[in-house]
Amino acid sequence: MSKITFNEKTYDLNENETVLECLLRHGVDTPYSCQSGSCQSCMMRATEGTPPIEAQAGIKPTLQQQNYFLACICKPSSDLSLCAAGNEALPKQQATVIDKTPLSAKIMRLRLAPEQSLSFQPGQFINLHRDDGLTRSYSIASLTTEGFLELHIELIENGRMSSWIHNELEVGSSITIEGAHGDSFYLGGRPEQPLLLIGTGSGLSPLWGIARAALQQGHSGEIHIYHGSREPQKLYLMEELRQLATKHGNVRYTPCLSSGEMKGVHVGRAADTALSEHPSLSGWRVFLCGHPQMVNDTKRKAFLAGANFQDILADPFTINTN
Amino acid sequence: MSQSLYDRIGGDAAVNAAVDLFYRKVLADDRINHFFDGIDMAKQHAKQKAFLTMALGGPNNYTGEDMRKGHAHLVARGLNDSHFDAVMENLGATLTELGVPGDLIAEAAAIAESTRNDVLGK
Repeated sequence: MSKITFNEKTYDLNENETVLECLLRHGVDTPYSCQSGSCQSCMMRATEGTPPIEAQAGIKPTLQQQNYFLACICKPSSDLSLCAAGNEALPKQQATVIDKTPLSAKIMRLRLAPEQSLSFQPGQFINLHRDDGLTRSYSIASLTTEGFLELHIELIENGRMSSWIHNELEVGSSITIEGAHGDSFYLGGRPEQPLLLIGTGSGLSPLWGIARAALQQGHSGEIHIYHGSREPQKLYLMEELRQLATKHGNVRYTPCLSSGEMKGVHVGRAADTALSEHPSLSGWRVFLCGHPQMVNDTKRKAFLAGANFQDILADPFTINTN
Repeated sequence: MSQSLYDRIGGDAAVNAAVDLFYRKVLADDRINHFFDGIDMAKQHAKQKAFLTMALGGPNNYTGEDMRKGHAHLVARGLNDSHFDAVMENLGATLTELGVPGDLIAEAAAIAESTRNDVLGK
């Protein structure tokens, strides 16, 4: 019989028993609802071992790839170690700061070299832990082949971590990282599908990774990148993005400033501009990153404009100013 | 034994085809979409799938008590028969759009209708 390990305790599965039934039989308090594989309340992640493919039915493909599954329909054929979805602490490790370059007055590019190899996809995020316990999440802009982790750190007014990184963290010093997390990244397999990437501020960080990962994997469909901000200092990588669009005929780049004027920059919000230029998103894959209000509004609008729910990949920022 | 409604309608594949259409109609429906303001869309999308699975006669373990508990906070915000009717209308329109025959739509509607009193806490 297979065994499951959860919260450092190991349980024997009875014959034909699901993971959920086994946990409940042992008095483990774990969320569930429909018990038939549709409501996803009981979603878990296998941190060791591989869940049966039937137990991943209906889950977002980027989560399937990370061994998420539904406990209520999972009858494992081999041993599994589990954690609850939304509560995944991965091993921490040290990383060295190898580069710190300002991309604009408000955005710092940080490149880290982890001590051990780190499994990630561009577009996922990692947590940075300062020695005093302060923790913040940042999205990954680099490709798996680049040999470093690149993060774009936006200077947040009264933001303790971002001002420390901008002003004090030194090249050559070490920082604790944990990750990678998140389901907003590029998966190959549908190279002709049009992609819509919308980001605000340093929400460009994951999109810069996702767009280049798509191109690296031979994506042939159109890739539309809309990057917006209220302030010109938060529009960055403009030259690099223009070059990307020049080099790849399927890439379109539209920088947007929500108010004011700037040469070669569209005036208007990035999400509004993108949605008005692409009123029907049926068949598209949409990536959203940045301000939570923008992300949540645009998620709903993109769905109403016809994008499949599974094809809307979003990563709202949490902004901490204390 | 005759085939269940769920099997005749096309099982899990039919539910998957229906869930985006149905959820999109609900979100676009001004009579009821305010109940979904500020809700996590991923969780809600999964719940819509659970609802459709049940309405189409598929496997589920929901009880009347679950329905009462799950909707009590909405009843407190004014959820009533008119809103339930709007959901029923969206369910019918979704299945019609997918080309489901009328007699099967009627069966699904009857299952959904059977939850009315529990959902509305009557």
